[in-house]
Amino acid sequence: MTRVGFDHDLKHLQDELLELGSMVEKAVIRAVDSLKRRDLTLARTVVDEDKLINAKRFAIEETCLKLLATQQPMAQDLRIIVAVLHTTVDLERMGDHAEGIARVSIRIGDDPLIKPLIDIPRMMELAVSMLRRALDSFIHRDTAAATRVCNDDDEIDNLNDQIYRELLTYMLQDPRKITQATYLTWVAHNLERIADRSTNIAEQAVFVVTGKREEIGSSKY
Amino acid sequence: MAQAPVNIKPPKFQETPPMPLGDDPENADPMAKEAIALETKSLRVFYGSHLTLDSISMKVAARRITAIIGPSGCGKSTLLRCFNRMNELLQGASIKGEVLFMGEDLYARDVDPTEVRYRIGMVFQKPNPFPKSIYDNVAFGPRINGYKGNLDELVEKSLRRAALWEEVKDRLKKSALELSGGQQQRLCIARALAVAPEVILMDEPASALDPLATLKIEDLMQELAKDYTIVIVTHNMQQAARVSDYTAFLTTEGGGAPGKLVEFGPKDVIFTNPRDQRTQDYITGRFG
Repeated sequence: MTRVGFDHDLKHLQDELLELGSMVEKAVIRAVDSLKRRDLTLARTVVDEDKLINAKRFAIEETCLKLLATQQPMAQDLRIIVAVLHTTVDLERMGDHAEGIARVSIRIGDDPLIKPLIDIPRMMELAVSMLRRALDSFIHRDTAAATRVCNDDDEIDNLNDQIYRELLTYMLQDPRKITQATYLTWVAHNLERIADRSTNIAEQAVFVVTGKREEIGSSKY
Repeated sequence: MAQAPVNIKPPKFQETPPMPLGDDPENADPMAKEAIALETKSLRVFYGSHLTLDSISMKVAARRITAIIGPSGCGKSTLLRCFNRMNELLQGASIKGEVLFMGEDLYARDVDPTEVRYRIGMVFQKPNPFPKSIYDNVAFGPRINGYKGNLDELVEKSLRRAALWEEVKDRLKKSALELSGGQQQRLCIARALAVAPEVILMDEPASALDPLATLKIEDLMQELAKDYTIVIVTHNMQQAARVSDYTAFLTTEGGGAPGKLVEFGPKDVIFTNPRDQRTQDYITGRFG
């Protein structure tokens, strides 16, 4: 086995991707927590720490460029690096969606919630699980697991519909709730986007293994 | 086989269609829409009793660049030499199986190997100009052939096609040995072109050249592929990836085992998503 140094660099690159993934995961969980527990300090932390996610993305991209320029990767090596480039963009955008949720939390401020949050935390848990499993499938080159992630997107879409319908009812019943109810639909939308980008990552996992680019399942949003 | 026409004229192939990569290279036969210039069928090559190449069946598409890659000792150059019967010049070499050129058996009894080498020219690793003037190098083949046309024109045309004319037009009578390595190699290509070949075989044509001269040769190959069929043996994988349309990967299990064709396909497939693990290992540099 030759190319020990390059193999080390490739592994390090994927470790960095996982690190970025866990930063995003933490941001999503904290953003929804801050909303649920009305913890504005936590929400501000999520907003502040988005800078770290952005910086990490740029660092990973830089490493990819360096490897492309210096190692002339071919075949699966090439696919890994290209897939990491795509995935890092998706992760960074997911970080932005987490920040969006935190900003909603800040906008609601000290107002009490119009309803206890049940479906939004469920949606968050599913989205975070999809993110985690998508990255796992990427690292373990597991196309079956990647396909399962994509199939879970339907459930996210259903939850999104359900939340939207419920909030619409609140708005119709009491126009004073329209502002906050609208904010909460934004939160659901952000979570839906996070789940959808997780399916992108799962598709990259398939690409690394098979070399095929394909849309697995399709989001209705 | 017909007498080799000694004038510069592109060979008569059908209009070259675009690269048939298809929607799914896995299922489509990439060679189906190509005109086939050369083909080997179960080709085996022996040096004495030693088998050096085993069961090579591959096609070379006309007016495309086909690269043959593989580790040292896998028989790349041996295979290349089979395409213009150069192996016969080596003591004890023999072949079994078939090599077809435009559908005809290249090794048939009535085929003159010298004529084969006119129609299927070769450029070697180390530029090997004759110790003569630039002009005489290019004119050498046509003169031997008894060329009756305007020799000056033929020399100019050949040098232009080899992208060397502008650099040497004012010193055609100077010795070819005064040229730089890259220029000498292009001169050798011009010399091969002067006898109007249909195929040009190149054995590591740029390995003795600096990076800039290498890129010039690569540009030239792309240009020539509009009219000629090119087969190149190269150790430089990036070069194969840059210039070839099709790539063949040969390997050997070592210890004197014969070379075998592992994978052949459009270069985009070979370099981004090869089907065989051995190809993957070789092109990603994890071989051996």
